[in-house]
Amino acid sequence: MINKEIKNINDVIKEVKSGMTLMFGGFGLSGIPENSIGALAKLEIYDLTCISNNAGIDDFGLGLLLKRKQVKKMISSYVGENAEFERQMLCKELEVELIPQGTLAERCRAGGSGIPAFFTPAGYGTEVQQDKETRVFKGKNYILEQALEADFAFVKAWKGDAAGNLIYKGTARNFNPLMAMAGKITVAEVEELVPVGELDPNQIHTPGVFVQKIIKGDFFEKRIENKTTRKL
Amino acid sequence: MALDKIGIAKRIGQELKNNTYVNLGIGIPTLVANYVPKNINVEFQSENGVLGMGPFPLEGEEDPDMINAGKQTITTLPGAVLFDSAMSFAMIRGKHIQLSVLGAMEVAENGDISNWKIPGKMVKGMGGAMDLVASSENIIVAMTHTNRKGESKLLKRCSLPITGVSCIKKIVTDLAVIEVVEKGFKLVERAPGVSVEEIIKATGANLIITEEIPEMNLTTIFN
Repeated sequence: MINKEIKNINDVIKEVKSGMTLMFGGFGLSGIPENSIGALAKLEIYDLTCISNNAGIDDFGLGLLLKRKQVKKMISSYVGENAEFERQMLCKELEVELIPQGTLAERCRAGGSGIPAFFTPAGYGTEVQQDKETRVFKGKNYILEQALEADFAFVKAWKGDAAGNLIYKGTARNFNPLMAMAGKITVAEVEELVPVGELDPNQIHTPGVFVQKIIKGDFFEKRIENKTTRKL
Repeated sequence: MALDKIGIAKRIGQELKNNTYVNLGIGIPTLVANYVPKNINVEFQSENGVLGMGPFPLEGEEDPDMINAGKQTITTLPGAVLFDSAMSFAMIRGKHIQLSVLGAMEVAENGDISNWKIPGKMVKGMGGAMDLVASSENIIVAMTHTNRKGESKLLKRCSLPITGVSCIKKIVTDLAVIEVVEKGFKLVERAPGVSVEEIIKATGANLIITEEIPEMNLTTIFN
């Protein structure tokens, strides 16, 4: 067993340099690597390219990095919940590449799978197609999309072990397994770090081979973005 | 009288087919889950990674690890399954989901749809909409017939950046049910008490009207 456990998130965060490309798992605020984002928001590193489905909200998630102007470019699919983001984008302080959600997921999956590019129908005939190669298969139009990789991928899981094996919970899985595959260095923060051998190998979602560092998160706020309930 | 959001959701509920998988977008489409006709069994997918979505949780039972694509807290039904985003869009692009219901800012008579960007003003992003419209066998748009300024959202050509090309099959608005056919918008039903003239006036493209247009029948019994 290769032991990947770290005790202090700063032991790995200190390797992140200005100008790097970082991936962050999560959908909305669900399944985001809160501890890693919190540590990055304390450092003087800037000009980051961040790949994440969403951009957090003004005071939580990636919003923390945006507020400190640490981000040069965002690659996302939906950024509707962050007013500061929208302001920076419309003022051209922030470079933004918006791509279809399924394309984002597949580009990460491809990046970690040795697949340099793939054809998808999503975005054909739209702004997303600009400058991309197109091809017809069985009478339908597709565009060529390239794989994404990152210097660091920060992911969040429910349970993990020191070998880096991960299990996610609920819809907090989302982009985490795909970004875990696409990071040159993947840092996983987990709610529970269990002894090696305790996770059932049949139930593991992300094999530890994709993970370089794993840490039990100090604290997870797990903020709910849009609490919706029904009456009895 | 024009339908309210619930009326639109009820009319779309009537489009649900038994034993199918359905993806509901944010806004009015989400309400469709409340109006599944009796004796119709459908499974709802949310593209962030769940199939077999149930109702919203009771107060105090909400789980931050269980949300839908609108980031609302949800529950799951027996038989539900959770998966990652690549798997989710494999279901969508691979045509394993039979119906997609989504909102729109504009729909054109050739079936183009715009719903992700107003240049220089509002940029929220396309989320999963471009993947959904590029592949679904059947796509129904749920929207108001006109925007807040009173301008028609049904046009000859979309004026906003498009989300997908020639993909919309049917539109249910507060005024009418319209099918997108080869020659354009075909009016098939009108909201109770709304005249054909009112619908023509609120539509920014030609309407194909081949026969007397019946009123929607919203008396279906829902689950």
